[in-house]
Amino acid sequence: MAIASPLIEVRGAAFRYGGHTVFSAVDFDIFRGEVLTVLGPNGCGKSTLLRCIGGALSLAQGTARIDGVDVCSLDAGARARKLAFLFQRHMPSFPFPVLDVVTMGRTPHLSLFGAPSSVDRALAEEALAKVGMLHLKNRPYTALSGGELQLVLLARTLVQQPDVILLDEPTSHLDFKNQTVSLKTIGALAKEGVTMVMTTHDPNHAFLLPGRVLLMKPGGPILTGPASEIITDTTLTATYGLDITVFSTLRRNGSGELRYCSPW
Amino acid sequence: MLVAPLALLYASLFVGRFAVSPGDVAHILLTHILPLARNPSAPAETIVMQIRLPRAIMGLFVGAGLAISGAAYQGMFRNPLVSTDILGVTAASGFGAALALLMSSSALQMQMLSFIFGLGGVALTYLIARVYRSTPGLMLVLSGVVVAAFFSALLSGAKYVADPESKLPAITYWLLGSLNGASLKGLVMTLPPITVGSIGLLLMSWRLNVLTMGDEEARSLGLRTEWLKGGIIVCTTLITAAAVSTCGMVGWVSLVIPHIGRMLVGPDHRLLLPASLSIGATFLLLIDDIARTATMGEIPLGILTAIFGAPFFAYLLRKTHGSWQ
Repeated sequence: MAIASPLIEVRGAAFRYGGHTVFSAVDFDIFRGEVLTVLGPNGCGKSTLLRCIGGALSLAQGTARIDGVDVCSLDAGARARKLAFLFQRHMPSFPFPVLDVVTMGRTPHLSLFGAPSSVDRALAEEALAKVGMLHLKNRPYTALSGGELQLVLLARTLVQQPDVILLDEPTSHLDFKNQTVSLKTIGALAKEGVTMVMTTHDPNHAFLLPGRVLLMKPGGPILTGPASEIITDTTLTATYGLDITVFSTLRRNGSGELRYCSPW
Repeated sequence: MLVAPLALLYASLFVGRFAVSPGDVAHILLTHILPLARNPSAPAETIVMQIRLPRAIMGLFVGAGLAISGAAYQGMFRNPLVSTDILGVTAASGFGAALALLMSSSALQMQMLSFIFGLGGVALTYLIARVYRSTPGLMLVLSGVVVAAFFSALLSGAKYVADPESKLPAITYWLLGSLNGASLKGLVMTLPPITVGSIGLLLMSWRLNVLTMGDEEARSLGLRTEWLKGGIIVCTTLITAAAVSTCGMVGWVSLVIPHIGRMLVGPDHRLLLPASLSIGATFLLLIDDIARTATMGEIPLGILTAIFGAPFFAYLLRKTHGSWQ
């Protein structure tokens, strides 16, 4: 029986900043249709690791390959057709309509001096509908709330039609409600089979998403596996240096168990 | 978008101290297109064809070029307060022109020296700003400040050593900006860089939209941002150096016109760049017509663009409360 080869393979990855080793000896795979949540405290190198997978930064040692090809050997256009990025924070400049901003995701599929066609705009509308933001398509994107903006930018990554979407703490600047809306949208995309790697500093987010967890501890070993195995009282306490307990309760609608953790 | 500049071009041919009727202007123009009898010795013929037409065409191109360059830089730096002076091109070109005036060069040599210094000044800014194979916006702006300060000092030095009877007034007058020196020969030198630069910017207009998302995001959307920024800088520098070397320091056009364009057609560079070309051309030609007809003498262009530009900018600021929407 043939074993499916991983979409992304990271082998022996290390990154240094100045003389300081941010992380080293990181190995993991991501398979098509899978969600990987990268968890760890600030400064452990989550965002750096994500940028190395995305080819924006180069590893000091080791390789990150997508479909068997080193990401650093891909040119900007080819990379953007395979990997899309949702950043922690976006600083808007000019008041482009929301639909134009989403259509910008088509850029890697256009020729050098080309401009998007009506087909590209239709794809953008489809993506906006998927994240529930189609009603805002003519609004200047500078007038959106932080939560709406992140969903619009998530739609832009969908329009890129990449193999994998990399999300760098997409909810860290959002309020409670918008965090929930964003995570639910990301969860819905995961159910549709969109491959995603998301970093977060909140272990509870990892419980809410399907797929595996990668737990990074500064200077410590990397743990990967299902959330229920990786996120335990012992690992969280060791990672964050706080006394954290994982609780389990029944969901209100009776559809199984809900896990969450708290240091209180 | 073409109608306003062209109509104004025609009007510019019959306004001025020497009266030529609109009909005569049409007749003179037609004799150059159709095989009609010409009267090349008539003063009207000379004034329209040798003086007013080159000057008006120069005004259209300089205005269009400065406006599209300003719009492109505002997009690239993601900042609506940027003008084409930001990388030091104006200061460097100004010093080149002052140097030529000190050496009593011909008008054409002066234009060439000024153009070359303009290109050189921006190249210097770009080299200073380049760190780790990238050119962050802040580094470009700060390097531009450095280069502009350096060439301003050299310019002051040139003024200090200039003969106060003859050369100093020439330098000062040149710096105030004027289309006075426009000639057919000058057009041959000025129009190609402005045309090439503008076409280059128009071709990059969609990518310029993506670049306003910020360098890192633009890269994640597949843009080679360093090549794109380099291309934009080359195009705008060709345009600005050509414009400044022809008509001196004409401020405000590259800052204000893109704002008017954005109010009319929105921030999409596919519309904003052509709109800036049209509005810039119309604005500068109109200002030049005022400059040469309002008084007995001629008012320097740089004074008028600021006198009209500054209050208008203040009005826009008040009206939009700084949000430009």
